[in-house]
Amino acid sequence: MPGQTQDSAATSVARPRESPLAIGVRRILRKPSSRVALFVLGVIVLVGILAPLIAPYDPAAQPDIVALKDLPPSLAHPFGTDPYSRDVLSRVIYGARLSLMIGVLATIVSLTLGVAYGAISGYAGGVVDALMMRLLDAFLSIPRLLLLLGVLVAWPRLSIGALVLFLGLTGWFGLSRIVRGQVLALKHAEFVTAARALGASRRRILGRHVLPNLVSPIVVAATLGVAHVIVLEAGLSYLGIGVPQPLASWGNIIQDGSDQIATLWWMALFPGLLMVLTVMMLNILGEALRDAYERR
Amino acid sequence: MLRYIARRLAQAAVIVVIVATITFVLIHLAPGDPFSAVMDNPNVSEKVRETLRAQYGLDRPVPEQFVKYVNSLAHGELGWSFSHDRTVREVLGRALPNTLLLMGVALVGSFSLGILIALIQVARRGSITDHALSGLTLFFFSMPDFWFAILALLAFTYWVPIFPVGGAVDPVMHEYMGFGARILDRLRHLALPAIALTLLASASVARYQRAALLDVLPADYIRTARLKGLTEREILRRHALRNALLPIISLIGLSFPALLTGAFFIEKIFAWPGMGYAVVNAIATRDYPLVVGGVIIGSIMVTVGSLLADLLYAWADPRLRSH
Amino acid sequence: MTPPLLSIRDLRTYFYTEAGVARAVDGVSFDVGAGETVGIVGESGCGKSVTALSILRLIQPPGRIEPGSRIEFEGKDLVTLGDEEIRHIRGNRISMIFQEPMSALNPVFTIGDQVAEVARIHAGLSRRQAWDRAVETLALTGMPAPEDRAKQYPHQLSGGMRQRVLIAMALIMKPALVIADEPTTALDVTIQAQILDLLVHLQKEFGTSILMITHDLGVIAETTSRVIVMYAGEVVEQAPVDELFARPHHPYTEGLMHSMPHIGHDQDRLNVIPGTVPAPTNWPHGCRFRERCPYSWERPEREHPPLYDVGAAHVSRCHLAVEPERRNNPHAPLVVVEGVGAA
Repeated sequence: MPGQTQDSAATSVARPRESPLAIGVRRILRKPSSRVALFVLGVIVLVGILAPLIAPYDPAAQPDIVALKDLPPSLAHPFGTDPYSRDVLSRVIYGARLSLMIGVLATIVSLTLGVAYGAISGYAGGVVDALMMRLLDAFLSIPRLLLLLGVLVAWPRLSIGALVLFLGLTGWFGLSRIVRGQVLALKHAEFVTAARALGASRRRILGRHVLPNLVSPIVVAATLGVAHVIVLEAGLSYLGIGVPQPLASWGNIIQDGSDQIATLWWMALFPGLLMVLTVMMLNILGEALRDAYERR
Repeated sequence: MLRYIARRLAQAAVIVVIVATITFVLIHLAPGDPFSAVMDNPNVSEKVRETLRAQYGLDRPVPEQFVKYVNSLAHGELGWSFSHDRTVREVLGRALPNTLLLMGVALVGSFSLGILIALIQVARRGSITDHALSGLTLFFFSMPDFWFAILALLAFTYWVPIFPVGGAVDPVMHEYMGFGARILDRLRHLALPAIALTLLASASVARYQRAALLDVLPADYIRTARLKGLTEREILRRHALRNALLPIISLIGLSFPALLTGAFFIEKIFAWPGMGYAVVNAIATRDYPLVVGGVIIGSIMVTVGSLLADLLYAWADPRLRSH
Repeated sequence: MTPPLLSIRDLRTYFYTEAGVARAVDGVSFDVGAGETVGIVGESGCGKSVTALSILRLIQPPGRIEPGSRIEFEGKDLVTLGDEEIRHIRGNRISMIFQEPMSALNPVFTIGDQVAEVARIHAGLSRRQAWDRAVETLALTGMPAPEDRAKQYPHQLSGGMRQRVLIAMALIMKPALVIADEPTTALDVTIQAQILDLLVHLQKEFGTSILMITHDLGVIAETTSRVIVMYAGEVVEQAPVDELFARPHHPYTEGLMHSMPHIGHDQDRLNVIPGTVPAPTNWPHGCRFRERCPYSWERPEREHPPLYDVGAAHVSRCHLAVEPERRNNPHAPLVVVEGVGAA
């Protein structure tokens, strides 16, 4: 009964029609934690974009491989220097640029694949759907990192583009299952039946009626997906099969210091802290978005 | 129930076959020949080349290679690891118990800790304790496994050296120890990697379990429990937790990939002689058969893990048990 | 005169929602005597279930019982009672039977366990003793083979059997008051009759008072001796059951009676009161029923009606009590016909 009371109270307030994206943004902006997350992420993205202007040194320059190597944090090098005498702060700033870019681009690849696969599977139904789902089960039971190990070891010396592609290719399984579920539910929804009765084509129905309803799961998957890719890329770079030298990514920098962890602690600490901060903010945002959509 | 088990077993078998196919495709999509480096290496013995050819049938047509490959997999043959100069089966077989030990301890530890944290949070929902613990679990949840392992290593073996640096046993002294001392030596070496993996894994358990408990609390039968005159604590412990245990069992199934991935990094950083350590080191030497073997065994572990979790779920849910 | 078992005065239970303050129960007063069966009737959203939950203090945030409300039971004010003491009352002195017999039972425990739990909490019985008592009580509710049934899980029982479990749970401590919130709504018609007979029978046997909450006047007629009609968070009429059915006064009560389905009539068509219950965040000024009332005139728009005396132990919250001639020329029908099946 209290539930009913609140329901009728809620429906009595008419709201103008808004796009799902706008609803999500408005809802999460009400929470202070998401406002902080958005602000922090904005700053990190800005640092990445403006890296050439902000970074005090050239991230690849090795000014003095003997005198300037392995320096602990100081005023001249707030994050210290690495075994090649490169400035760690500059590398972390450039690392933000590269890690974020890889995260976003790989996620775009994943989203495209996940939506396409899920939509086709759900829309086709029957045997096609069953087969596609079995294949998905198999993909889901290979841990993503292991799958990437298998791929990346076979392709030594990958370009950044190929790395992005592979990160994206291994990240769409979860989303496609959600999309398929939504498409299945929507397939028999009344407005879709109505559109079909009016003679709309399959493609038109998918594009105009079904896809807009998928916005919320996609937005959530995108936010959490970027976080996941950042962690994965760092892990792969740490294992030496991710971003190739001399480019700087957060995992890469940690890898440079991993042989002498005990002495070069600053090489693990600073890039790691920035990475955890970024991932945490993305997770806060992603979960706030999920809550916002679930409460609908 | 029996039919369910049979169907679930068949599903798992299909998944393993598909996984094998995927790895096969991976090998053959690779630019050039993934073994050319080995084949052209003058230091590689003729025997290794023989085994490789026999294993993968590299000179045969692709469909025949596939049949051969699946056939050898079905017989448990995973190929030859040239960096170890042993069969992959031998290398991984020796490493597997260590990985299972690490994962087992972390599984039990992380679920106990995670559920405890969630219970504390839900009992005091909305309080400062709840928010602080939420922040803490989010922090651990967001942390890359390898970074946390590095920090733990740095903190507890170099700065405050209370744990040994790495390995499963003391490299020199272990041989000279008595039985009790050996056990103690093993535990000392296990402690830090196991704690690190436990802490990492417990974060997602706590976050998931908190949500599961909060999901159960508005249920009508919780209202019934309140109506009976139970205290909030009794309701949480007896009714809510018991119902939220079902989602926890599914979470066990879902947590294997993350646990395995975590174990790979932890093993690498703490030099824990498990599967992850072997596979990650095989990357540097481009010991392809060992890496692929690790991928296959890891996937089988995940599949079996989720199979067991599903069966446990069916057993624990009275609604499914009777069917 | 002995004081009534339960005496509610000016009960107000509000929900503080994003859309505003929902005044779900807004100044309700009534009594329930010892051994008496009182009915509360009204459409969904009228506040009857919130009233029931308020009695046991089961209102969860964002809802709360407003200060100044009083619920006296056996000499104690339940509104201000400590948590420990209210727990001692729940399931022990006052118990409740819900509408949803499936979801109200915990799916992972046997029904014997769930019934016995009440006796273990309140009578301090051992597991074994409580189990035996649970089986006895299940037998009282007419559960066949109670020893075997007690070992089953809720999903293995039919709806009627589950409702018997809830009744056993409610009666195991022989409480002074049982609140039955739509106890038969979710059941088949034949099972409904069985469950109602059972409640009446057990009430006579134990001398328990029953507060019967329902939207179904048929249930009211069959089981209760006094009726309270609620609308928009308020009591709008109260009378002994025969008096109410013979001389309904409030237009809302009249509407409810005209919309009762009659056996033998065309069941595809149903009489309903036009319009819907207004939102509890925004009750209308004056009479809360006026927008749906066929007699409404200026006075109900201006003036919130008090409870007028309209007969022996009969009160009504309608200005018709003082301007009865208004009843002669309704400007709209009391009920309208709505097709249930395909038109």
